[in-house]
Amino acid sequence: MKKSVQAIALSSSLLLTAGMAQGATAYVSNEKDNTLSLIDLESLEVVDTIEVGQRPRGIIFNKDYSLLYICASDDDTVQIMDVATHTIIDELPSGEDPEQFSLHPDDRKLYISNEDDALVTVVDTQTKTVIAQIDVGVEPEGMAVSPDGSLAINTSETTSMLHWIDTSSHELIHNTRVDQRPRHVEFNKDGSTLWASSEIGGTVAVIDVASKEILKKLSFKIRGIHPDKIQPVGVKLTDDDKYAFVALGPANHVAVVDASTYEVLDYLLVGRRVWHMTFNADQSILLTTNGMSSDVSVIDVDDLKVTKSIKVGRYPWGVVVKP
Amino acid sequence: MAAICRIFVCLALGLLSVTAQVQAKETFSVGYLELIQERPPLLSNVLPIPEDDGLQGARLGLADNNSAGRFLGQHFELLEAKDSDLNALLKQADNWYQQGVRTLVTKMPASALTTLSNHFSERSMLLLNAGSTEDSLRQSSCLNNVLHTIPSRAMLADALTQWLMAKRLKHWLLIEGQKAGDKAFADALRRGAKRFGAKIIATKQWTFDTDLRRTAQKELPLFTQTDEYDVVVVADELGDFGEYVLYNTWYPRPVVGTQGLRPTAWHRVVEQWGAAQLQSRFEKQAERWMTDNDYAAWLAVRSVGEAIAMQTKASMDAVPGLLTSDEFQLAGFKGRKLSYRPWSGQLRQPIPLIHPRALISQAPQEGFLHPRTDLDTLGYDKPESQCQIAKQFAATK
Repeated sequence: MKKSVQAIALSSSLLLTAGMAQGATAYVSNEKDNTLSLIDLESLEVVDTIEVGQRPRGIIFNKDYSLLYICASDDDTVQIMDVATHTIIDELPSGEDPEQFSLHPDDRKLYISNEDDALVTVVDTQTKTVIAQIDVGVEPEGMAVSPDGSLAINTSETTSMLHWIDTSSHELIHNTRVDQRPRHVEFNKDGSTLWASSEIGGTVAVIDVASKEILKKLSFKIRGIHPDKIQPVGVKLTDDDKYAFVALGPANHVAVVDASTYEVLDYLLVGRRVWHMTFNADQSILLTTNGMSSDVSVIDVDDLKVTKSIKVGRYPWGVVVKP
Repeated sequence: MAAICRIFVCLALGLLSVTAQVQAKETFSVGYLELIQERPPLLSNVLPIPEDDGLQGARLGLADNNSAGRFLGQHFELLEAKDSDLNALLKQADNWYQQGVRTLVTKMPASALTTLSNHFSERSMLLLNAGSTEDSLRQSSCLNNVLHTIPSRAMLADALTQWLMAKRLKHWLLIEGQKAGDKAFADALRRGAKRFGAKIIATKQWTFDTDLRRTAQKELPLFTQTDEYDVVVVADELGDFGEYVLYNTWYPRPVVGTQGLRPTAWHRVVEQWGAAQLQSRFEKQAERWMTDNDYAAWLAVRSVGEAIAMQTKASMDAVPGLLTSDEFQLAGFKGRKLSYRPWSGQLRQPIPLIHPRALISQAPQEGFLHPRTDLDTLGYDKPESQCQIAKQFAATK
């Protein structure tokens, strides 16, 4: 969800932050604590905990990292936090039960999944008004905007579809049926492929964006774990298209996939019910949120080893990094 | 009552045909048939069962199917009929058959379901049982046009027994009521105890006819005074006396079964695995909580929706074969994909163990293994059942 935007944001921010003294920080939303945990990426320790709205799930930065948007699902709003002062400065009309969202590369339009209403709401973050609402399938969840900003993709869990939204007309232009309970979608860096995880189906579909055809369906096998418990949720791709990381939920592992051959290279043991992930700025480490064990695992991307786990609040859900 | 229901059916039909015309899509019809049953007076009659129990689940399933259908050019309609006279329902089913309906969701006891199944023995009609937990339907009588979305008593009893064994609560006092369902659930518990190694220290029949609201404190301690047990297991499906066993036992022991900690297909307290969304959608529609019967009817309608969506050129005739094939998978908000057992036509599913305010556990319990899937540790397994539903579906395809 956040990746496509972040990839762009990251590249521009490298210029911005060069020479800044303050270290990189990870922001983790804790679904059952109504807080964010802040992890300093130098020391890999929690340095602060901030109270936010009820049931915070999806979180995303704006382009210059001055604002953090927070889906406060049980408050039916998206909160805007001023990153410098860590105070909530405003709210966006998000529609009911916002869960995941994606920021358009124009840094303005926010595409929000309203899980209870079978809608995608598009909000202008500057005028704070709803620009459009698009009917999608039951329980919309994953959201991604293509790197060129022309497409927004939404997954609906109970309808088991990817909905392709034209961002200029805000019309549905295509629907792709995937395996049961699609949770998350992620574009690769150049926007040529789209990766969609199916939690109950246990697969990840790799889709060619130009033809909208499924190129490959990845499945996963871990010794000693029943196939039904391997439930892909979060997906992250490295900018060099070398690896795809797939969080396997209650299987407590992250799969490492060769992003060009689609071969599963390894399974890394992390905390319990691994959900979403994010890279740091130079993509040397990957952070995972582990809901049931209430911690964040740190994966060294070069060595493909889990190096640390960091205790955060209860049921960590989303994670983003400010360089 | 019957007359009112018929009018309702006509209304529903009229409305649906209008919308179908407007959208000019391919329409798939599912009938919902419910035999209204008299409920005997109960001692603990504080919380009534909703009148539209089951039906609301089917309606939500319809809404969910149609949201997916919108994108596939498919439209689903639900025809509804409730009656206390089985013959009226058979007649209604005949009418629907003539209109082209090939799938019925049923909420009726096993005997009525058997009659309905036989009624369609020569005609192609798929019945989805969302109302009867009767074990014989899955084990011996094997109605060749019926699939089951509601768990059997054996599945419920096995789910509870696994949890008791995991908790080392192996010595049971079993109390059973006098109604046929109580006896059947007690039988399922006895089977579970034998299967997983629990020991029934004593069995007691509940035969009292006093009003327990006044005298539970006096009657039950003496009634439960037997050799020492770890747990009291109650078989009282309608809730006649079971609610009063809690906190009134001779030994201070937990109460499980149809009261206390209870195995069930669904309950309001289930909210993991995205279930919170299903619960809130249901509450918005029905203005009440979703019950196990609602859930079973929802599963039945959703199963048809998935089997239609799976096909490139969709046909109702292919649905029975698809539902019992290896390809079929249904997400049912229980953290696992659900599928139908090819022998008995029973939908495999995890069983929540709940008390009225919390989900305590979900069976199968860890460590109960099975070569196929651990979900098959619940209920009648292939070698224990005489049924071969999938083969028959494949043959008639």
